[in-house]
Amino acid sequence: MAEAAVAAHRFAVGDRVRVRRAYPPGHVRTPWYCRGHAGVIERYCGAFPNPEELAYNRPGLPPVPLYRVRFSSKELWPDYAENPADVVEIEIYEHWLEQA
Amino acid sequence: MDSPEHRYHDLGGRPAGRCERDEHEYETWEKRVDALMVLLSYRCNAMTVDELRRYIEELGPAAYDDLGYYERWMHSLTQAMLQRGLVTVDELAAKMAEIEAREHG
Repeated sequence: MAEAAVAAHRFAVGDRVRVRRAYPPGHVRTPWYCRGHAGVIERYCGAFPNPEELAYNRPGLPPVPLYRVRFSSKELWPDYAENPADVVEIEIYEHWLEQA
Repeated sequence: MDSPEHRYHDLGGRPAGRCERDEHEYETWEKRVDALMVLLSYRCNAMTVDELRRYIEELGPAAYDDLGYYERWMHSLTQAMLQRGLVTVDELAAKMAEIEAREHG
């Protein structure tokens, strides 16, 4: 398993971010259902070789900052009928995020 | 649902039925497939878990549904070893024929 490096990163805990509404055809780790949605940075997880490159046997360097992003379930599924306080946390690489 | 924009394997967030939480015993061959992945990735640095995922994603909807968990891994490990040049198609075919003859010959 790749060790986390600590690298310069763009977002801080509490920042509001939006997942890019992008649909590239290759291997990505950003779930389809969160694209285009806004959330809050819950933590910075470290920086890791880019899985979108590693999947094609390339080095994936420099390491890409990874964050855990917290979304309201209601934000992801507007007709969500369970506890309105429910959240979903997803680990997302920095190049998938923009300032919200 | 399978399109370049929303690929079939990306099941998260879709409506789903009840989640079966039963445990089950693994077959010997399943443990061997798991061991092969550990050897190739963490011990020999000959493939990455990201390649494992990519080849599984490239199975296509029908095979993705029809194959079991470790059958998908077996397909993926094979593709990775071919792609990385660790084994040739011909070597693979010869070994499979040899085992077939040994078991059923």
